[in-house]
Amino acid sequence: MNRPPPAFRHRNHPAWWAFAVHRISGLVLALFLPLHFWALGQAIAGEAALDGFLRWTANPLAKLAETGLVILLAAHLAGGLRILAIEFLPWSPRQKAAVAASAGFAVAAGLLFLFNVGAA
Amino acid sequence: MNLRGRAEAIAWGAQRASAAVLAACVLVHLATILYAVRGGLTAAEILGRTRGSAGLALFYGLFVLAAAIHAPLGLRTIARETFGWRGGALDLASAAFALFLAWFGWRALGGLFG
Amino acid sequence: MKAAIEARIWRGGAEGRFETFSVPRRDSQTVLDVVTFVQRRLDPTLSYRYACRVGMCGSCAMTVNGRPRWTCRTHVSRLGEGPLTIEPLANLPRIKDLAVDMVPFFDKWAKAGGRFVPSADAGADFAAVEPASPARREADAGIECIGCAVCYAACDLVSWNPDYLGPAALNRAWTLVSDVRDGGQAERLAAVAGDAGCHACHSQQSCREHCPKSLNPTASIAGLKRAALRAALKGGA
Repeated sequence: MNRPPPAFRHRNHPAWWAFAVHRISGLVLALFLPLHFWALGQAIAGEAALDGFLRWTANPLAKLAETGLVILLAAHLAGGLRILAIEFLPWSPRQKAAVAASAGFAVAAGLLFLFNVGAA
Repeated sequence: MNLRGRAEAIAWGAQRASAAVLAACVLVHLATILYAVRGGLTAAEILGRTRGSAGLALFYGLFVLAAAIHAPLGLRTIARETFGWRGGALDLASAAFALFLAWFGWRALGGLFG
Repeated sequence: MKAAIEARIWRGGAEGRFETFSVPRRDSQTVLDVVTFVQRRLDPTLSYRYACRVGMCGSCAMTVNGRPRWTCRTHVSRLGEGPLTIEPLANLPRIKDLAVDMVPFFDKWAKAGGRFVPSADAGADFAAVEPASPARREADAGIECIGCAVCYAACDLVSWNPDYLGPAALNRAWTLVSDVRDGGQAERLAAVAGDAGCHACHSQQSCREHCPKSLNPTASIAGLKRAALRAALKGGA
């Protein structure tokens, strides 16, 4: 006797994947917020403390993590605007285009960040 | 409408309203990040821009408030849907996280703008 | 094309197993034809549900290769040569084999205020509803639902919260919210508000994606979210 297998195939469409990205990015960003506020809070202890933290972020691993966060932030922003449009504007038949544009925006933001941070 | 339905509807409204505010804030924030990281970040550079700037302080103050409303509501939804945690204790935990975020965020702003 | 179809069919209720049948391939063969062949020729104990066979009644919906579909309108030739996996609809109690209990699904239509409520002055005169008016167009967009539960089976929110009213019931509620003759709006908006109602929807759009009638419950639910928030802010009832 077996339990039925979970079905996943019905989820394989752009709007569902956009939801998945929105959920994961939202979760990571929400958990990152306290860390971000803690880091900025170093300024309370003075310029030297903040500089100490900023020097630590210059290592490649931190830069990679920052790039990831920028992509997640941009993805959550674009995905959020897409959701607000669904909920508060007349229905648009171009849902797939909206998902694609959100993804493009997130990737572009990540690339721009990498380019700018790499130019240091 | 009963109290619970009303509270949930208003929580949804607060999530969307804070999202609209955050959309504008994050757009500015992203542009600032992309501009500011060129040539590396130093504390002097950051503090030189923030100290005494009432306009920026107001902007980031609003940013922190919107994030403190938005993030706990999102986490509450995840707790319900993924972990099946519902009820008063969850609402309390979410409210506590919101207050913590607002306090912690504004405290950091105090250091940057004070 | 292989001469035979390998059909893996769910046998049992909440617990059970897949049983594999070999069914001859035919021209213009639907998944419902396959299931019917198994029941008539191979195993008469197979339970399933259908009525019209032509996409009008909405009773033959099942999970076909992981997706909810009307089996009568799904041609086997469109699904490739691999084995055909046929299960009962998801998110509903499995009674036996391919038949699910539809009671929770229809109970939620009632719970969502899916019944028309005449206004107090009903009968005073005929209500003139302009076909081109925005409210009537909103109602028109959702009114063709025949209650097959494909959207309900496709919805993650239903599987995450068994109390969630689901796309079909909420879509029905929206057609009534858009009905200018209806007198039960405050109660209906109260019934659909909240985290077991419209405000739980994340616009994943699996309902819209899989609706065999190409309806858009996501858009209907968005309308309810706004209307219910307005009602909540105004208070009353």
